[in-house]
Amino acid sequence: MAEPMGFFTDTSVCIGCKACEVACKAWNQLPARNGGKVTLSGESYDNTRALSGIQWRHVKFIEQFSPDRSTGRWLMMSDVCKHCVQAACLEVCPTGAIIRTEFDTVVIQSDVCNGCRACIAACPFGVIEINPETNTAMKCTLCYDRLQAGMVPACAQACPTQSIQFGPISELRQRAQARLEQLQAQGVTQARLYGHDESILGGLNSFYLLLDEPEVYGLPSNPQLPSQKAAPASALSTAGAVALGLLGLVGLRKQRMDKLAAEERDRRQQASETGE
Amino acid sequence: MPDTFFTKSPHWGWWAVTEFFIAGIAGAAAAIAALLWLVGNRNDRFVARYGFAIATVGSALSGLLLTFDLKRPERFWHMLLFSKTLGPTFQKWWAPMADGAWALFLLGSFSFLILVGSLAEGGRLPSGLAFLAGGPLGAVLAALAGIAGLFYAGYKGVLLSATNRPLWGDTPWLGILLLASGFAMASALLLLLIRDRAPAVSQWLRQLLIGSLALTLLVVVILVATLDADVRRLVLQNVYGVVLLVAVLVGALVPLALAWRPQLLGRSTLPSAAVLVLVGGFLLRIAMLLSSEAA
Repeated sequence: MAEPMGFFTDTSVCIGCKACEVACKAWNQLPARNGGKVTLSGESYDNTRALSGIQWRHVKFIEQFSPDRSTGRWLMMSDVCKHCVQAACLEVCPTGAIIRTEFDTVVIQSDVCNGCRACIAACPFGVIEINPETNTAMKCTLCYDRLQAGMVPACAQACPTQSIQFGPISELRQRAQARLEQLQAQGVTQARLYGHDESILGGLNSFYLLLDEPEVYGLPSNPQLPSQKAAPASALSTAGAVALGLLGLVGLRKQRMDKLAAEERDRRQQASETGE
Repeated sequence: MPDTFFTKSPHWGWWAVTEFFIAGIAGAAAAIAALLWLVGNRNDRFVARYGFAIATVGSALSGLLLTFDLKRPERFWHMLLFSKTLGPTFQKWWAPMADGAWALFLLGSFSFLILVGSLAEGGRLPSGLAFLAGGPLGAVLAALAGIAGLFYAGYKGVLLSATNRPLWGDTPWLGILLLASGFAMASALLLLLIRDRAPAVSQWLRQLLIGSLALTLLVVVILVATLDADVRRLVLQNVYGVVLLVAVLVGALVPLALAWRPQLLGRSTLPSAAVLVLVGGFLLRIAMLLSSEAA
């Protein structure tokens, strides 16, 4: 297996240009319209709204203004699949369409996916959706085809501010730590790393430097694997099955005993009548 | 905001609601039929036959509904076999949907075989097929159908819990809830089908109905009480909360009272309770599935 590769996205230098979105769409030949429908928001610079089956990169514009709008700031973050080390989508995919590559990234094989959508419900980050052209689940592949050819993913190459950095995970972690220390030394105390260590799903191969709480960016603080939830649900379901099965068995046994007792009563009654 | 609210909806809508309804009945019907077949009175086996028939038809319908609900229905077989290796998908046993697909396949297959054998025993099919229902083979088939049915009836809720969606991923109680509700619905449907033809089995089914309705009510209360307050507010304080309330009142509490006092409305008491249970079971699935979809 090659060295794990991924993204470190430094949101503090993102300028919201959406060059990454355009580069992603161009390289991966993703349609502009979602199933023929225009889905641009028309009410914000964040016109592409969210990640989807045709939107594998999405620059979030988080608008934080005071009620009187006298002060405010925009947080910007180029969002993408996190290529989790413990990936919920990969775990639940029943068809084997979702695989882990030699670069430790997570890829959906479009020729295998049958559109059951289990991965959509499982992904704790809301990354995956159905692409209306292929009718299969789709998301960022971390440009698997480019990686195989020794190239940098299209979005990272297009990013003009180096907000999206691509490379070996171990190297990216060092860079991220250094940048965090630099920001904190400058007084940006709210700066933090998200997904850089194993505390979140074993580590995210696309991790972030954020300037606020994860929830502000639409990121869950404690995402979980489906298998963590399946175990207690299965145990309770099994307990219910045992309880109802026993109820049925006891009821049938009681009926049989009652029937035998009635037959015995009849037999004794007949015997006593014969005796007379 | 709870973590499950950062996720996207898989759009499991009305096809899924209908499939969950049928799956609950089919799975539990097979389990009840297996109990009757293996432990019940031989004269009452025609009731077990009804159960296996419900399971067979229900499995076929479930399979069709699940296939229609796929975005690529022509690839339905990818649920059972890995398309690249042709190995069975249950090799990936930790993927709930792969297990569920195989459970449905086995539930339908075993129920169909025992049903064919049973019909042959009764003279409705060529007698050469009666071996499927006779002796140890019949017992094994019935047991396997029952186990697959139990699994499938509970699996649907476990499948929901094994997600990161609001409500579904916020509680471990959905599996046992849909299992208990499935048992209630299957008991109710069998009661409707056999009417007065097997009084002893009717009495047993009535007890099973009471037990499964009581368990359903208990689990609903625990589920709602243990939900995170934000999840409860965001998912159930809307029209789906009302649907859940109606499902509990009309589909569980009232039929429980009717089943407890079977002479309350004369001869129509149990049939009325049975119809209400079926309606309530459908409403319960609407509330559990669509409330999360709408969040």
